[in-house]
Order: sequence, then structure tokens, then C-alpha cells
Amino acid sequence: MTDQSVRAHPTATSSHRLQAQPGEVIDRTRSLRFTWNGRTFPAHPGDSIVSALAAGGERIFSRSFKYHRPRGILSADYHDPGTILQVDDEPNVRAAHRPVTDGIAVSSQNTWPSLRYDVKAANQLVGRFLAPGFYYKTFIKPERLWPAYEKVLARFAHAGRISPDTPHGYYDKRYAHPDVLVAGGGPAGMSAALAAARAGAGVLLVEEEHQLGGHLRRGGPDELAVLAELRAAVAAEPGIEVLTNSVALARYDDNWVPVVQRGLPGIPERLVKARVGTLVVAPGLIERPYVFAGNDVPGVMLSTAVRRLINLYAVRPGERAVVLTANAEGDAAAQDLRRAGVDVAAVVDARRGEDVVRVHGRSGVRAVELADGRKIEADLLVTATGWTAPTSLLNQSGARPVYLPRAARFTPGDGLPDEVMVAGGIAGDGDLDRLRTHAEAVGAEAARRAVVRRHAKLTAVPTRAGEAPAAPDGQPVAIPELGFDAHPELFRGRTHGMVDFSEDVSSKDIHSAVREGYDSVELLKRYTTVTMGPAQGKLETVNAVAVLAEATGSTIAETGTTVWRPMYTPPTLGALAGRIFEPVRHSPMQPAHDRLGAAPLVAGQWIRPDHYGDPAAEVRAVREAVGIIDVTPIGKLDLRGPDIPELLNLLYVNKWSKLEIGRVRYGVMCAEDGVVFDDGVTGRLADDHYLMSTTSSGAGAVWEWVENWLQTEHSPESATPWKVHVTPVTTAYASINVAGPRSRELMGRLVSGVDLSDEAFGYMNVRTGRVAGVDDCVLWRIGFTGELSYEVHVPAGYGLHVWEALLEHGRDLGVRPFGVEAQRILRLEKGHFIVGQDTDGLTKAYGAGLDPLVKLDKPDFVGKPELAWQHEHGAPSRLVGLQLVDGAVVPPEASQIVAARSDSGAYIGSGSAIRGRVTSSRMSPTLNRSVCLAQLDADLAEPGTTVTVRLPDGRHLPARVTEHHAHVDPAGERLRADAGVQVGPARDCGTPAARTALAPTGELPATVDGSGSLRITDAGPLAKVLVRAPHDGAIAAAIGVRFGRAARDADGALVVGSGPGEWLVLGGADGRDELVARLERLTDQPGEFASVVDLTHGRALLRLHGAATAAALAKVCAIDLSDDVTPNGAALRTSVAKVVTDVVRDDADGVPGYLLHCERSSGRYLFDALLDAGAEFGMDLDAHPMTTS
Amino acid sequence: MIQLPCPWCGPRNVAEFRYSGEVTPRPDPATATPEQWRDYLYIRRNPSGWVDETWYHGTGCRRFIRVSRHTVSNEARPAVRTGTTAPVDVTSTDSGAPDAGGAR
Repeated sequence: MTDQSVRAHPTATSSHRLQAQPGEVIDRTRSLRFTWNGRTFPAHPGDSIVSALAAGGERIFSRSFKYHRPRGILSADYHDPGTILQVDDEPNVRAAHRPVTDGIAVSSQNTWPSLRYDVKAANQLVGRFLAPGFYYKTFIKPERLWPAYEKVLARFAHAGRISPDTPHGYYDKRYAHPDVLVAGGGPAGMSAALAAARAGAGVLLVEEEHQLGGHLRRGGPDELAVLAELRAAVAAEPGIEVLTNSVALARYDDNWVPVVQRGLPGIPERLVKARVGTLVVAPGLIERPYVFAGNDVPGVMLSTAVRRLINLYAVRPGERAVVLTANAEGDAAAQDLRRAGVDVAAVVDARRGEDVVRVHGRSGVRAVELADGRKIEADLLVTATGWTAPTSLLNQSGARPVYLPRAARFTPGDGLPDEVMVAGGIAGDGDLDRLRTHAEAVGAEAARRAVVRRHAKLTAVPTRAGEAPAAPDGQPVAIPELGFDAHPELFRGRTHGMVDFSEDVSSKDIHSAVREGYDSVELLKRYTTVTMGPAQGKLETVNAVAVLAEATGSTIAETGTTVWRPMYTPPTLGALAGRIFEPVRHSPMQPAHDRLGAAPLVAGQWIRPDHYGDPAAEVRAVREAVGIIDVTPIGKLDLRGPDIPELLNLLYVNKWSKLEIGRVRYGVMCAEDGVVFDDGVTGRLADDHYLMSTTSSGAGAVWEWVENWLQTEHSPESATPWKVHVTPVTTAYASINVAGPRSRELMGRLVSGVDLSDEAFGYMNVRTGRVAGVDDCVLWRIGFTGELSYEVHVPAGYGLHVWEALLEHGRDLGVRPFGVEAQRILRLEKGHFIVGQDTDGLTKAYGAGLDPLVKLDKPDFVGKPELAWQHEHGAPSRLVGLQLVDGAVVPPEASQIVAARSDSGAYIGSGSAIRGRVTSSRMSPTLNRSVCLAQLDADLAEPGTTVTVRLPDGRHLPARVTEHHAHVDPAGERLRADAGVQVGPARDCGTPAARTALAPTGELPATVDGSGSLRITDAGPLAKVLVRAPHDGAIAAAIGVRFGRAARDADGALVVGSGPGEWLVLGGADGRDELVARLERLTDQPGEFASVVDLTHGRALLRLHGAATAAALAKVCAIDLSDDVTPNGAALRTSVAKVVTDVVRDDADGVPGYLLHCERSSGRYLFDALLDAGAEFGMDLDAHPMTTS
Repeated sequence: MIQLPCPWCGPRNVAEFRYSGEVTPRPDPATATPEQWRDYLYIRRNPSGWVDETWYHGTGCRRFIRVSRHTVSNEARPAVRTGTTAPVDVTSTDSGAPDAGGAR
């Protein structure tokens, strides 16, 4: 609810602004204006919204959560529960922290119709009905009224207004790898950071406030002098990076610390994910409110709040004050007030047993009643009754807080791991010098531990240059003990008051919850919601525990405290979501699909053409003439080595020992539990060279599966080592399926070097040859569509050329591009199943109808024992062809099959039991009726059985199990449709032009910026050749580059040690054939198994160069890119913007540079992600192909 | 996010790895009873404590590695490379392979 009822006020004046204060943070030379509930207020740069409003005399900022009591300033910092406001379209702004900017419109939340006249304040009168558990108890029954309850309750919710029109902000994310992260930039934090940096550590110093300084900022001349000295030292120390207006949100395993950084220009929030060597926790102490009647009335403030208002913002917090003090902070507040001209009517010293009983006044303090009976007129009551140690990060590190009665606060306790340390007021008490000395020792020791950890990391990474450095020999630094000063235990006075200001939980509520049996702290928390509001326990935890202890008659130590969980302060959801990295993959033919108006289909990461406007017409074109489809996503694995038949026999359920060169076989893979896992064809190209194809979605999993067997059961070190190298070449080729009765005619016009006649190139054969002028193409004669068809794999850079040539030279034949939808119809007509569509996670080979394929007489194959078992016991369900009797109805996929009738009309089994489901269904343009595949219980799977399909709309329709899975051409005659047609000769298709992944049409996007601190170059044209050989043999020695490093060889090629026993060699764009030949000679060593695979077309390669490269990469890459871990010549593979990317550090002329290298299909996405990451640094584009040297 | 000590790449974020499960030897399919085979498929020790696991470093060296991980503290010990049963030689630097010691 916002306050719109107050209009036409005169502009407020800064009536409560003091003369200049020595430590003030406002810039009086400049003025800003903003509005508060429609009224204009002045401010200075440096003012928080609340300080500017307080300077204008405002005292009420919100209404409380349950009772809608007026609320004013309590702590005057980020955690202040009563000053959470709406700023423009942003709700829930911590207004005591947020700086004023010119022109903002600020309004109160949770008030209606206005802040001053809030009708819901009537809740105060019915307060006894809003006892703890009120909502649980009241709105539980009847259930049918829940929607109505929800509507009413939502109006009472304590939150701002979200505008659906708000544009999505740029929520940034970056990674950091500081040796030491200091959480808290007060005197202790700064001292620790300085000592750590001087001991050789890289330090990240994180401070929640807008400036470093902690409590020194609100201090007097002595504190300000120390502050100036410390700030100057930090600024002069190059080893310290300071993040102000930032919070270390949590500490997770292995010192993983998320830091939210706010207020950056153009970036609402940035999440810094820091992997920290040593975490130093130095948040200081948070002042605790005092519980008594009226403690939430506007005008009751903490002493720290008063000191902040006076010293930082030069705001007079009231006219006549009473100060309740139990410590030096309260005494200082009284002095500050006097200095600011406030009439301090009384100082109530709790150390002498004096006390405040209650405050009179409703919308502001009018008088303060003391324990000695005096009633003092005042508009301000300041309390200084003790401290809360914010042990959040320590608890998350394993420490359990311990209550110390003498100091009246919790202390960190034991259990901290070696990599987490404590400094400052949270660690203990002492004067400033003592705390600084302690913090310096902590900082030095933190640095020593971090350097040891860094050395261990350097020793473990292969990217370092040369030998590991010598182990650090620093001796542990002795850390002086800090004591704890005595402090009176003050939690609740003689009256009941507010404990949780965010959630409106009073001490009375806690007593009543305990009477109801909620007498443990974790139960109490959940029942009353105490500590669960926006302040998350920072102000209220200790008081809640103390009141609970009082109510249960136990001690605070016995009662214990709640667990401080992440996050320490709430970040926005935007910060947690960050920049979203969702990699997409494109085929080289995507520009053609765009031009042809293809409807995109998102299939996994791939963007594919679903159809080009009319899938049924596309189907007819394939059945009657010829169609072409982009099937680039089909998985392709290049297999090399003598033991490939062994591997295929293991992975596929069928036999592979006698596959001749030039032949292709279909195979199905099962997992060890016999469940169908993938299928595809594999062809033999040469003696020791096969090409395996997989499903599009299974490509990655099959590759990993093959590697798994080759690296474990049949690794070189195993009893049965197999010599096989597998290389994914999915996007090294653009794949086009040319299907239809006229496909041979069309292919004849483009193909040279291959006899396409049925006798020479029959069904299930593979050839290599030239297509449309492009060499090294692989042609398969296979048919997913059931038509005569050729699958053409073209070196990817030429994919667009071949696609265009097929369309151009097939025009008179009626060629048409077809999309995934048409292909799905075609294959369903033909009865070909799709793994994962017509099978599920329980479908074993027999259940998929693969009986003839499974060869149980093989000695072993993956899943054999399970399939042997199923063979013996029978599959519970079967895949069948199914046709509804009414062919005009297409049952939606996943429709249930509920019952079956025998021919006599009797139901088989129960009439309502689910007996199967429709797995695929389409209207067949060829048959003009609907066709389906279905999974059915085995006893219903006999052809001719009539079953009942239950549609989602409730209709029950009869359907019949068909003889074959294939609805069209079950005999397979169409595969030889045109055996007699005259084929060829090949036509001239022009000189093919290769395209890179970054520039699929031949052009890069226009230059983004001209400032040149970063430059991206498309290095795609370079030759890229993958070499595999034993990582420790003679070939490895001859190559001379180890895993993790890169170097140029004598011929200028860049040799990258890209994996253990794996090298990627980058050579000049024109020298590919020579490079391959040279590497084949190099790897021809007797007794060593090696392979050389050309990946020139299979990879996107780009170069990022310039001073800001590491900073830009840190936004998309979690690897430590510092000069010792990733020096020049380092080579590693990792995730960059969620794409698996090879990163090679390759400096030039002393300027950092990186080569980045990924699967070709992800190249354009990676390029866009890098442009985005680099935008803030200024970026140039350079389309000129780089040279290697 | 925890880190795993990859014996090839050094410590890396666990998100770069795929969990392949407890190390479970494959019985001889020729002689295994259905019960033994299903134990291999489905039954794991799942201890509260140290366990040997196989992980696949798909976003790194693309090697299957073994890691000893404590299931309560998530502490992970320097691993062995798969295919071998011996721990990685942490002193060797001449093999073209990285040192694996001190990953934590």
C-alpha cells in the first residue's frame, strides 16, 4: 500500500540539520530533491533517504507488520526494521542505507489510506486476537474459504508494490579468488587487511556501509584521526581490493563466499562468488534494543543510531532527550546530543541500577517514565543496553556460539576450521589499539595460512610454468588473547515491550507461546516468527532468547540460540539469478532456416527448424518427390583404433564383429539395467576407422559412456586394454538428410567420386566423396523416414553452401526443406521408435520390441544379465503400432489405454485399470488417418487386439493393435523406389566458401566499441588438429608439450596440451593437409597407439586480447586467472558461460591474451556471452583471421 | 560449492564434475546370479564417513577419476586416476602430468 492521499504540501525544509560536523558524509555544496509520499524534500549527496527525511523533521516512516503501529528510526542503518520503503517501482528498500538520488519518489509501505491515518491501526485495539499463532488458529477452517482468506491477508502483507513493467536489470556476476577475504571494514577489518596484504596476500575487503571505518565514523576527533590514517593506508596498498556497500552473504564449504555488491553504476546488484583462502570475519557488534512498554514508539532510538544521525548526517534527532546507558557508547551518545544542542533531560545509568519503565506517546515519544517514579517530558529516548555479536558467518563455518553472562552477549565459540578467523569486537573487547594489534596478528596469520593453501594449489595445477615453487616457510603468528569486558545483563525491563520489530512479536507473545508449550528456541521461532523478519535476528535474537529463558525459568546459556543461516542480509532475487547463461547451439545452416521462415524448436540446447509453415506438405514432398532436413544435431563420434569391434560388441546389444568397410549397421545400446539408452547407426570407413551416430539428445551421454568403458574396465592399465580413441565430431559436420523417391536424382547432380547406383551403393552402406564441390563428405544410405534417402555429413564450414546447392539444383524435382515435425510424422508412419519418446526409464530392449536385435549368445555386452533375465521372464509391456478405429481423431500423446475388449466384446481385466499409454501420435498425411505407437501390457500386445483409449476430455475410443509398427510400407519397398533412374553427372556448383562459427553468413557483427581495452578476433579459419597418444610415451616426448601447457613448435603451429594424452594443434588456415601429414608422421611410433583427427570445422576459435581480458573472463569463468596459477602458456578446459571451453593463455607483446575454443555449434553463443562480459571494458571486434605466430 | 581434487587439473568446482557413484566392481556377467547383478546395479554402501567415488571431469580433463570423499564433512582427498589402483605419484613432474598432491 502506498500513500497517495497527502497532496499539495509545501516543500519541506531541513529544519533539523545541524551545522557541519567533523565526520559528516554529506556534500553541502550540492543539493538534491526527492519526494516522500508526494511531498518534496531537500537532501545533499551522501544523505540516506531516512537521514534526509529526518533532517526535514519526519519521524514516522512505516506502520508495523501486525498492529500497524507507527514506526520511526531505531538503528538508522541497513537493518533498521521501521524504515523499509518503496522507492519508485522498487519495493522494500532499506531507506536508512540507500543514498538519496535526485528526483526519486519515495513512499511508505503497508499503510492505507495513509501513513498518518492508517485504518489497520485498529488492529492495535484487537491486539489480543493477534496473539502468536493467530493465523494458524483462525484461518484453518473451513477449507473452502481459503481463497477468501488469502485475498484479505494479502492486503495486510508487509511488502511494497512490484510493477510488472519494470525492465529487467543487469544483475552482474563475477568470480574472485582472494587469498584473504575480510568481512567488515571497520578498524579491525582494515588493520587485518593491511597486515595480510603486507604479508603477501591478495585481499578482498568487504564493507556493508558506503565507506570504510565502522564505528570510527561516528566517533570524535581521535577516532576520526585513526580513521583517516587507516583509510589512507588501505588506499595506498595495491594488494587490497575494497568493496564498499557490499556484504559477505554466507560462508559455504571450502570457503566459498558469495558477496553482494550494490550501487554500481547501471548495475543494481552484483554477486561476487569468491573462493577464499582465509576468511577473516570482522563485522563488529550490533546494538541491541531494550524491551519495555513503548519501546517501538517513534523517538525511541539506539545510541548508535543517534550517533550516526548526528555525526554522519548532521541531523538533530530530537529536542529533549532521555538517555538510558549501560556502556560507553551510551555515554558518548549523551555527549553528542549535548554538543548538537539537544536538551538532555536525564541520563539514566543502568550500571547504577537505574531503569526506564515505559514511554508515553503513540505516534511519538511524549514522556519517559523512570523506575524511580519520575516522569520526564521528552521527545527522544536513547537506549544503550548492550550488543549482539553477528556470528552468522562463523556459525556457517562450524562454530557454535557460547553465551557469556559477564559480557551479556554471545561469543563465537569453538569449532572454527583453520581457514576461518575472527577479528574485532566480535572476537572480544579492548581499546582501539588492542583491537588493532589483535587484528593485525589475525591478518598476518590469515595471510600465512592462505599462502600455504595457495602453494598447495599451485603444486596441484598443471598450468603453472615450470616446477612448483618452494614451500612457504612462514612461522605461525601468535595471536594475542582478547578479553571480554563486564556488561550488565539488560534485555527486558519491568514492563513488556516489542522484541521483534519486523514481525511485531512482543515479550508478552513469547511468554504466551511458552505457556502453549513452544518452549524451545527453534519451536518458538517458527511459532511466533520472532527473528524471521527482514532484520533476520540481528536486532532481536538475544532479546528473544533472554525472554524465552525468563519465561521458562532457565538461563540464556541453557536456552541457547537459533542457528544463523545464509544469507546474512537478504540479496535480491535478481542478484541470485545473475546474468543467466543458457547456452544455445546452432547448425551452420541456421541463416538459411531464418531466411526460409522456419519456426524454431528448442531441442535441448539446439535451436532447430520445427517446420517451414506446413509440415503436412513437407511430408508429402518427401513421400512424393524429395525433401531435405538439417540433422546436424545427430551425435557423431569418430572412432579410431584396432579394438573398435570389441567396443561396439560391448556397447550395442547386437553383433559387430564382421562389419565390412563401407557398410553400416543399426544398433541399440542399453544400460547395465537393460533399459534402452540410445540407438543409431555406425559405419566402417576404413580398417581402423568407424563413424558412430547417436540420437541428438544422447550425443553427450553416449560419448561419456564410451569414455567410461575405455577409461575404466578397458583402460591401458587394465587387464583388457582396448586401443580405441573416440572423438566427438557432431558439429564438425553439417548433416543433411536428403529423402524421397527423387533423392538419388538430386544427389546425382551434386555428388562426384561415388557411384550412386543401387548396386554400387545399396541400403545400409557408407561412402566418402565430394558433394557440391566439397571434399571429405560422408554419405550414408539409411532411412529414418522410410524413403530412399541419403544422409550427407559435410565439413561444417561448407554446410550452408551444400544446403543452398541442394535447394537450387533440386528445384525442378520439387525439393522442399522439411523440419523436425515432418520428420516425426514420417518416422511414425514408418513405425520407427524414438528413445525417450516411445520408451521410458523402465523400457528394456524386449519391451521396445527389439527381440531380433538382442544377441544373448554374445559372451558379454552391457546389460546382458538383465536382458537374459527379461528374456526368460518376459517383458511386462510391449511397444506396438496402434490405430484408432475412428481415424479422424488424434489421441494426445500420453493418453491412457485403460482396458481392452476381446473380439467377443468382453473386457480383458478390470475396465478402469491403466494398461498402457499412447507414446506417439500424429495425423498421417500419407494415410489420411491418425497413427500411433503405444506401450501396452504384454497380454494386450497381440496384433488385432482392440483396446480402449481414454482421451483427456473423457471420451473412450476403441483402437486396434496393428500387425507392424510401420503404418506405411511395412515391407520396406520404398527404400528402393527409383532403382532404374539415370543418375548424374555432377553439375558445377561453384567454388564453396567456408564459414566460421562466429560468422555463419561470412560477416561478424559491427564493431561494438572503439576504446580497445579488449579485442575479439575470430580465429575460426585456423587449422585445428587433434592428436591422441599415451600421455607419458615416446610420442608425448616428441611433441614436447605437457598437459596444461601450450607452446609453438618449430613450424609456428601452436601445440596445446589440451588433455592427458591429448593435444590440439593450431596451424595456419591454408596448411591443414600438411599439418595433418606432419602430425601423422610424428605420431608414427612403433608400439604406441596414436590417432590424428582433423577438427578444423568442428570448433569455434576466438581470441580475446587486451589489458582487461582477465577481468572480463572473471565474469564468465570460475578459474583463477592470476599470473601464477594461469601464466602465459597455460592451457585448461573449463566452463565459460556454461559452455565447455578450452582456454589458452597466449599473451602478445606483454599484453594478456586468451584463445577460447569450443564446439562449433556453441561458438556464436560463446561469442555473444563474451561481448556481454566485455561490454563494461569497451570492446573491439576484428574479423581478420589471425595468424598463428 | 565444494571443490574436488582432480588428479589431473588440480582443485576444481564440483559443478565441473558429474557424479558417477560409489566405486562398485562389475561382476563377471557370465557367472553372476541375478541377485549379484542387482546388487551391482542398485545396492550401495552409502556410509556416513569416507567413501570411494568415481567422478567424471567432463568440464575439464574429461577423465574418470576416483575421489575419497567424507559424506558428512564433504572433505575430499587427492584421488587416484582411473584405470589404476595406485595413488597418483605426487612427486613426479616429468610425465607431462600434473602433481596431484595437496589438492586441499
